Amino acid sequence: MSRAAVPGILKIAFKLLVNDRGKFAALLVGILFAVFLMIMMTSMFAGILKRSSATVLNVGARVWIMDPAVNNVASSIPMPDYVLDAARSIPGVKYAVPLYSSVALVKLRGGTYQAATVIGLDDASLYGRPQLLQGNIQDIYGENAFLVVKDAEFSKLGNPGLGSEFEINDHRGKIVGIAHVATSGLFGIPTLYTTYSRAVSYIPSMRFTAAFILVEPKSTADIPRIQQAVARLGYQALTEEQFVQKVSDFYIYQTGLGTNVLLMTIISFAVGLSISAQTFYTFILENLEKFGALKAIGAKGRELVQMILFQAAFTALTAYGLGVGLATLLMTVARLRLPDYAAEITYLNLALAFVMVLIIAAISSLIGIRKVIRIEPFDIFRG
Amino acid sequence: MGTALQAVALTKWFGEGDARTLAVNRVSFEASFGEILYIVGPSGSGKTTLLSMISGILRPNEGQVLVEGRDLWNQSDDAIAEFRLGKVGFVFQDYHLFPRLSTAENVAIPLILKQVPWDQALTRARAFLEVVGLADKGLLPPLKLSGGEQQRVAIARAIASEPDILIFDEPTASLDGDTGRKIVSFVKEHILNAQRCIIIVTHDSRIFEYADRIMNMEDGRLTGIANGGLHEI
Ligand SMILES: Nc1ncnc2c1ncn2[C@@H]1O[C@H](COP(=O)(O)OP(=O)(O)O)[C@@H](O)[C@H]1O
Ligand SMILES: [Mg+2]
Repeated sequence: MSRAAVPGILKIAFKLLVNDRGKFAALLVGILFAVFLMIMMTSMFAGILKRSSATVLNVGARVWIMDPAVNNVASSIPMPDYVLDAARSIPGVKYAVPLYSSVALVKLRGGTYQAATVIGLDDASLYGRPQLLQGNIQDIYGENAFLVVKDAEFSKLGNPGLGSEFEINDHRGKIVGIAHVATSGLFGIPTLYTTYSRAVSYIPSMRFTAAFILVEPKSTADIPRIQQAVARLGYQALTEEQFVQKVSDFYIYQTGLGTNVLLMTIISFAVGLSISAQTFYTFILENLEKFGALKAIGAKGRELVQMILFQAAFTALTAYGLGVGLATLLMTVARLRLPDYAAEITYLNLALAFVMVLIIAAISSLIGIRKVIRIEPFDIFRG
Repeated sequence: MGTALQAVALTKWFGEGDARTLAVNRVSFEASFGEILYIVGPSGSGKTTLLSMISGILRPNEGQVLVEGRDLWNQSDDAIAEFRLGKVGFVFQDYHLFPRLSTAENVAIPLILKQVPWDQALTRARAFLEVVGLADKGLLPPLKLSGGEQQRVAIARAIASEPDILIFDEPTASLDGDTGRKIVSFVKEHILNAQRCIIIVTHDSRIFEYADRIMNMEDGRLTGIANGGLHEI
């Protein structure tokens, strides 16, 4: 017999808990509600943060050089050309290329205007180019050629196909490729790619043109040296992770987004905690006599503690599972209806909600344990 | 007939100072295997308090409970819990059955606390239900049973761990006279044996005939011991 037997007292604890359907359901709903809210809030937040760094992630350069005042990709500050030359001469730099990034107005067939992000890729290397679903990347060098990203905003350009034509800042534009990117942007406008030189000539800009300089270091060990050298020029070199972090920090700390989400998460946690701790406490109180009887029959204090911990943990984990399931379901449905829906469940969200659920379970059971440890069976029997 | 249990000058008070009530006052007695010992007396005379002290539920302020030559209350909490689990069976006045468990599961609780595997504990619980004549009620929740049947479930649970000492607090208080008599006569016939001692607290004179000895309590004091049977006291 190698059957792993659940200790009998836990089975009793399970039955005492689950057979009280109404109370068990109330407990589950309280925690489920908290888990659901926490996951929705933090997932929304994670989704927004990821999208805010969409261009950084999609271009995929190891090191980005930028004006130190840049704190998100949408509002870039062009740098003078000498920075590119200087970057190329830093030891440890394998190559450095400029990246153009700006917003332009596209005039659609019907005569309506639509803003679009235009990214200009280094002509020689096309470094940071997206993956093509249709078309040939060489065609980007053709006359008026643009690639369009097929993301949630694609339809705002009227679902263009290969060969579709449009006007961009009074120049003609022609779609030569349909591209796919890993992450769509936060700003709700479509994205076009073209060469750096075409972007510079089609889109009026300031004297300076390179929004970012993308650097491929010779090795990872060279990165700190490159960063120091760039800093001496008065500019900032960030690894991809650092840049994403900088963008995230901007949204978290400088837009109120982070505080709001944090507040909502704390509120859902507090609501869930108070509902479930209270329900669990009532559950323990109603069963106090039973725990007293168990004690009188010969259950040891630690066995009663085990029972309560088990009941709290079982309830919390079940509710956690249901809450995660519900949040996933809702997001899936939302995504079907709204292609733009940004929420995204990350392991960090799940872990955060899990930790909070454990805290809820711990606090609830602690209250119950204190009560149960103190019962005197005698007081119960005297009636 | 050996001594099952010996109480020596057991004393218990509640509260302190002016509010102090002496519930049990220097009570000494012996209970033997093979006998049914009654404790009778008016309400508030200290019967439940006394029972609780000899069954390992309530710690006395003074005095001793000697079982197998050892002072019960001089042992560790775990040892006292083991004593409650293995040596005594307690049938509470309000039964204290678990409404969310089946009748058989209720009876199995002491076995489960003794780490008997679940299935085995339930099989044995059903055998004890058979002893009390409830073989076919094992799957029902206790609240589906009548008062007398619930009492018998409580008895089955108390004897499931095969205790040496079986204790009843007012077993007939919530039963009608006939059912009460039946229960106690059943206990005397089927539950009592030469290796077991049964102590019953009651003030129901209709069941005095089943007693071997009757102890009288008043105001926390033991005021007399008489032989039972059909003797008047
Ligand atoms: N927990 C308690 N606190 C205060 N007084 C108590 C407590 N338990 C019992 N008493 C008092 O002790 C006395 C004996 O009670 P009890 O043993 O229940 O009597 P009986 O079972 O004979 O009716 C009573 O006066 C009762 O009020
Ligand atoms: Mg009493």
